[in-house]
Amino acid sequence: MAKVPVRFTLNGSETAVFVNGGENLLDTLRRGVGDLSPKWGCGQGTCGTCTVLIDGEPHLSCLTLAETVEGRSLETTGGLANGPDLHVLQKVFMENFGAQCGYCTPGMLMAAKSLLAKNPNPSRDEVIEAISGNICRCTGYEPIIDAILTAANQMRGRVA
Amino acid sequence: MLTVETFESLAQAASSMTPESRFLGGGTLVMRGVNYGDQSFNRIVRVRDDTIKHIRTESGRIHIGAGATMADVIATSDLSFLAPVARAVGGPAVRNMATVGGNLFAANPYGDFTTALLALDAIVKMSDGAEHPMEQFLAGRDAQRGLVASVSIQRPMGDDFRFLKVSRVKPKGVSVMSIATWLPRQGGRIANARIAFGAMGPTPLRAKASEMALEGVSLDASSVDRAVQSTTQGLSPQDDALASAWYRTEVAPVHLRRVLLGEGKR
Repeated sequence: MAKVPVRFTLNGSETAVFVNGGENLLDTLRRGVGDLSPKWGCGQGTCGTCTVLIDGEPHLSCLTLAETVEGRSLETTGGLANGPDLHVLQKVFMENFGAQCGYCTPGMLMAAKSLLAKNPNPSRDEVIEAISGNICRCTGYEPIIDAILTAANQMRGRVA
Repeated sequence: MLTVETFESLAQAASSMTPESRFLGGGTLVMRGVNYGDQSFNRIVRVRDDTIKHIRTESGRIHIGAGATMADVIATSDLSFLAPVARAVGGPAVRNMATVGGNLFAANPYGDFTTALLALDAIVKMSDGAEHPMEQFLAGRDAQRGLVASVSIQRPMGDDFRFLKVSRVKPKGVSVMSIATWLPRQGGRIANARIAFGAMGPTPLRAKASEMALEGVSLDASSVDRAVQSTTQGLSPQDDALASAWYRTEVAPVHLRRVLLGEGKR
């Protein structure tokens, strides 16, 4: 079957990969590129663990036809840390017990990153809305919400 | 095996559609089918044409391109009355993907946005220029051939348009039902009442008996009482994992009463 070349920027790096007809972006990232940070959860847009940012906006990679990201800029959890230095969001998730089993974490982190880029000082309700498409079955959400609010505080402090 | 074909215009894409083809909008319906091994199609058709995403106001009607996403609707000030409806659809990621055109084909219990469009007497324009009133479009939806280009609506005045989504999971859950009403008033009396229910049948449906009860009267306790008595006439609620048909039938008049008395005003 004919494969199609797709080029995009992944976490700042130029990337080119061949995709199969009908292949979803999550498969392309995990199998084609080897970025295992976004996870396969439900495959139907309910759980949010496959969330990646496309041009800064959260998208469900399992429901994105891979060839539609030609020329676009993608961000995944795999690009958050800078070498051994974790991103603020990763640190506060760790410190606030925002992850238990960790399966929802990559989606939560990307949803939070997109929120804080647009709204550096979100209310608790705005955080809840931002992660409303991401399901967590361990934490009861409160530690995640606290972590994101803590990250917002820390990130604002850094800028000021 | 799946093939994907990309066209430059919607008209070209429309002429290439076959029963085994699915048109890809935002992907939330088609890619879900792909992921779950839906064998009813083997070809995905898409377009590069960004004009199908445009939202514009022309001769008093707002035209929403079929490719406009829920996020696009929220970002459009002319559509502020529909922003609460678009926000009721999924989380932020889904709203960045899910399109207005796709919502027209969303199976029960999805399709909250279409419920609002039904109440607003939307007109569906196809890629060949044919126009269908929303109610007719939905009645023939599953046999529909051709591609939707846009939908157009008139801007409701003041609080004439109201929307309520009833769900059990907060803040986001699938609809037990959604209710959209458009009650234009002339001199305090309702003319051309529209009441639409989502998740109360195979497609969004109008509660015509309740509409009739409100015709030509003012909205007060006694007219609302009369209107809600016949709420579910013509609706066909179904059992699903969220609620039984019996439960939906029992609570529909309660929720409709709340909407008519002011809940869901924007």
